[in-house]
Amino acid sequence: MNGPLVGQVINLLAALMLLIAFAMLAQRRLLRLIHLFALQGAVLTLNTLVVAATLAQSHLYFSVVLNLVLKVIVLPMILIRLVDRLDLRADAESVGNLPLIMLVAVVLVILSFNVALPISELAGTITRGTLGIAMASVLIAFLMMITRRKAVAQVIGFLAMENGLFFAATSATYGMPMVVELGIALDVLVGTFIFGIFFFQIRETFDSLDTRNLESLKDRE
Amino acid sequence: MPLLDLILAVVVYWIALGAIGAALPLERAIHARVFFPISALGGLLLTTVGLAGLGNWPQAAVLGLGLPDLPFHVRVDPLSSFFLLLLGAAGTAVSVFSAEYFQRGGGGDIRLICLQYHVFLAAMTMVLVADDAYLFMVAWETMALASYFLVITDHRVAEIRRAGFIYLLVAHLGAIAILLAFGLLQIGQWEYTFEAMRNAVLSPGWAAAVFLLALVGFGAKAGFLPLHVWLPEAHPAAPSPVSALMSGVMLKTAIYGFLRVSFDLLQAQAWWWGVVALAVGLATAFYGAVFAAVQNDMKRLLAYSSIENIGIVLAGAGLALVFHAYGMNLLAALALAATLLHCLNHALFKTLLFLATGAVMHATQQRSLGKLGGLIRRMPWVAALALIGTLAIAGLPPLNGFVSEWLLFQSFLLSPGLPNSYLNMFIPIGTALLALVVALSGYVMVKFFGTVFLGLPREESLHEAHDVGLAGRIAMGWLALWCVLIGLAPVLVLRALDPVFQQLVGAGLRDSLAQSNWTFLTAVAPEHASYNPVVFLLVIVAVILLGAMALRRWFPSGRRRAATWDCGFGKLDARMQDTAEGYGQPIKQIFQAFLRLERHHPSPFDLHPRYHSRIEDPVWEALYAPVARAVRRLSGIVGVVQHGRIAIYLVYSFVTLLLLLALIL
Amino acid sequence: MLLQLIQGLLAAALAPLVLGWLNQCRAWLQNRTAPSLLQPYRVLRKLLRKEVVLAVNASWLFRLAPYIVFACMVLAGSIVPLIATDLPFALAADVIALVGLFALARVFMALAAMDVGTAFGSLGSRREMLIAALAEPALLMVFFTPALISQSTALTTIVDQFSNGALQLYPSMAFAAIAFVMVLLAENARIPVDNPSTHLELTMVHEAMILEYSGRHLALMDWAHALKLTVYMAIGIALFLPWGVAHPHEWLGLPLALVALAAKLALFGAGLALLETLAAKMRIFKVPEFLGMAFMLAVLGMLVHFLVEA
Repeated sequence: MNGPLVGQVINLLAALMLLIAFAMLAQRRLLRLIHLFALQGAVLTLNTLVVAATLAQSHLYFSVVLNLVLKVIVLPMILIRLVDRLDLRADAESVGNLPLIMLVAVVLVILSFNVALPISELAGTITRGTLGIAMASVLIAFLMMITRRKAVAQVIGFLAMENGLFFAATSATYGMPMVVELGIALDVLVGTFIFGIFFFQIRETFDSLDTRNLESLKDRE
Repeated sequence: MPLLDLILAVVVYWIALGAIGAALPLERAIHARVFFPISALGGLLLTTVGLAGLGNWPQAAVLGLGLPDLPFHVRVDPLSSFFLLLLGAAGTAVSVFSAEYFQRGGGGDIRLICLQYHVFLAAMTMVLVADDAYLFMVAWETMALASYFLVITDHRVAEIRRAGFIYLLVAHLGAIAILLAFGLLQIGQWEYTFEAMRNAVLSPGWAAAVFLLALVGFGAKAGFLPLHVWLPEAHPAAPSPVSALMSGVMLKTAIYGFLRVSFDLLQAQAWWWGVVALAVGLATAFYGAVFAAVQNDMKRLLAYSSIENIGIVLAGAGLALVFHAYGMNLLAALALAATLLHCLNHALFKTLLFLATGAVMHATQQRSLGKLGGLIRRMPWVAALALIGTLAIAGLPPLNGFVSEWLLFQSFLLSPGLPNSYLNMFIPIGTALLALVVALSGYVMVKFFGTVFLGLPREESLHEAHDVGLAGRIAMGWLALWCVLIGLAPVLVLRALDPVFQQLVGAGLRDSLAQSNWTFLTAVAPEHASYNPVVFLLVIVAVILLGAMALRRWFPSGRRRAATWDCGFGKLDARMQDTAEGYGQPIKQIFQAFLRLERHHPSPFDLHPRYHSRIEDPVWEALYAPVARAVRRLSGIVGVVQHGRIAIYLVYSFVTLLLLLALIL
Repeated sequence: MLLQLIQGLLAAALAPLVLGWLNQCRAWLQNRTAPSLLQPYRVLRKLLRKEVVLAVNASWLFRLAPYIVFACMVLAGSIVPLIATDLPFALAADVIALVGLFALARVFMALAAMDVGTAFGSLGSRREMLIAALAEPALLMVFFTPALISQSTALTTIVDQFSNGALQLYPSMAFAAIAFVMVLLAENARIPVDNPSTHLELTMVHEAMILEYSGRHLALMDWAHALKLTVYMAIGIALFLPWGVAHPHEWLGLPLALVALAAKLALFGAGLALLETLAAKMRIFKVPEFLGMAFMLAVLGMLVHFLVEA
């Protein structure tokens, strides 16, 4: 296939990843957030598929299947079931000072690009231009975890971080060793189950999933 | 050395006029009509000298005045010539206008005003030609004092006294900083001439200290962000011609000082200086624009607008510093062109607008936007000339404000060529802030012009407003003419300014401008960006004329007057149109985070419901109030020493005497 | 030079047709019959023949403004490379000067609206200036991306660069295109920012400003409005779909350019109609969010350009 065309397609998908990361930062409704997360997983899968097909990295096919099953199907389903059982379908929260958060996100993108610059020059892959975007996705997901109050949104931020991490691995080193990847996938899956259990506990104690309630556990003198 | 002699002759002429005017006990009207127009002649001479000086070699001289070991050095070089041109052009108009303005009106003895005014002009000229720190500071302080006295012309009003005090305070804080900067520049050589400072070699740390001190010191006079608090108080308090002179010219002398220190006296610039200046400039511009949009007083609105424009000037200077520090001198010249041209443009159109407000205040005795309106019918000349000023300040083609903003945008758009990858990406975001500021200034100016001149008169007394007289028309017309001419032929102006760019950054725009004919303004090359204001004007006028003629021939329908459409309501009056507050309400709502808003809503149980809102500058509470409290506490602690009992004071002297004896022995 | 005149006249003549086409597409989507495509022309003719009724306190500014606004739009139509890229006026303004030109027209409209002294005029005026103030940063950032890619802010150079260069996927241009469409909707008073066919004065932005106009003044204002929309669409086409424009000294390319222009305008118009049908008009204080989103998209486009394309 045409070399530069592959590069352009990968760049396009990377740009989409960044767009979805920003969209998740600004999204108020929980259900749409989960859909965006699924979309991010799909873009990631597509990206991995393109790299696997055109650059003959056949071990990435397993990653493609794993990603597809886990991030596009299973995890969003678990989250939606969780949301249903917690009665949060119509939940929406205000996102605080959105312009400021967006500005911080833009600064993070610029920062991560500049940090990634020397690394991407060392890497020998065709996708190295996208390392900056991958790091930016991780940082923006982290920002999302910080600025959200509802617990489910914070968990989605955690999962989005893992997405960004995987994207970084694909762009710098054509994927991670299979063992590492399976390990991470297992961690994420188990983590989500445990989060689900915790959500019920939190809701029983405080009658709401607003994590600011956890502040009342502070010792008062 | 004819140019320098001419300049000094003008200075002496002005001081002499002031002295004679102070001495002669003439009647107010005659005094005003005689003295101010002839001072305008000095202004005209200064304008021509400035123009000539742009093309000449620098000339220097040593005056016999000053202290025995510290004579006054004066020098005129392209940079000073440019600012002298600015001073002359604006000063001429203000002098002519003052001839009419000071004829009537109370407040202030005309003889004192005459003296202070001329000393002010003379002091500003001396600031621009000073070639050593001593003369610079003497002239600077004289300028500050003369303007202080002019500001408190109406000193019987407590608010005006307060405004003057704040002005004096901040001016002196700035002067201390400038003094320290000059002190650092002479690095222990005890040589105070600028020539010596130019040749001195400073370590990067000290150079940075000088730059920051200059930024603070000149910023206090120019109105950069935390030090701008005096501007909205002092400019409205002063009489309108004085506000015009302060806003149009005095702020530019501060910019002159800043440019002189950072580009000329400091030989090597660090890139982060420009970034600091850029950041402060953009913040100042944004702040000024937002606050101007929510003002209800004509002159306060224009004062905040001045803050905004000075911010734009500083942003341009910062960008030029960044380019210069990286050695990209052509781009630095472009940014500097935007900066200097904006200085000149602002001097012209801000002076024009302040003179227009002076005429309006003179005719209606009203300052608040809530009590004006509909003056376009009673004061057609002022309205038409103020319209030109409004369009110019809003940055609309084909006038001059657009040219400097266009050049600034082009400089910003060329910043991705910088070697520093962080700056590459941050500076374009700053461009967006600049675009917001420019658009907000359009908002502000539409509010200003619309509330004052358009609509229905909001007070009965406005029906007796009289238009401005011949002197006022000449003054404002002169400024409006310059606005239009600079807007239509910016290339000629930039070619004339080439020596200034060569002096400051070592590159000029002459070559890049020579690639196309004089009507096309180009940034780097014609394929890169070009703008032709003459085409704009010609096509618009042609379409209007042809369209009007065509319509008259093919669709000759009549025209009649009828009552304003009132939706069937029937009783439209002036109170139903937007107030100034109402016009600024969207900005108030959206940018609430930056204002300090105090609102008092009526409750449902109020017998006399009132709504009250007040907008204050948060910088007062955030910066000045804590500092003031700290100073008071400190003085309280130190004040313990002062008892008032003579015995204790004698004890102090006694103990000191004993200590000294002990030391000697 | 003759071609320049033809282009200017073409832009002015085409504008009402574009409006008619937009209405037609909207009607198709809403399952109703539209008036004929030439209806806007008939409306203009009707208005031009009517008598002008001026308010008693309207000043010369009020009477002059429609002419100035119309002249600005005609000039803009002559500058944007509709059918050819080497016309003499094309060098008279780059994108920033075009933005300034639109601002000039807008300021005169806003001032004329305040002239009569009614509540609606000043309401429309302040809303319009607010929307403009927020849209201009977004518009500038949208122009930044193609300016960075083609190293120039002159529209002709951008068109040349994109249509002659190799076909390449530019994600940054995709983001900029979306942001541009959002700004276009805001600046031209279309849904979801403003409803051009509303009758409720409190919901008007653009219509409130021209409420007092009648006869040929109203005709000129309406024509200028349609022309502004056409010119904006032309700018969008020049930036994002530049193929088919006649290049220097290519006289045979002109018919192709005309056909290409018609096709692109039709497509763009249909797309706009679709957007308008799907969206609802939003509250005036949600417009800053809308424009903020456009701004963020444009900034994202620029960042993506630095990140992956530079």
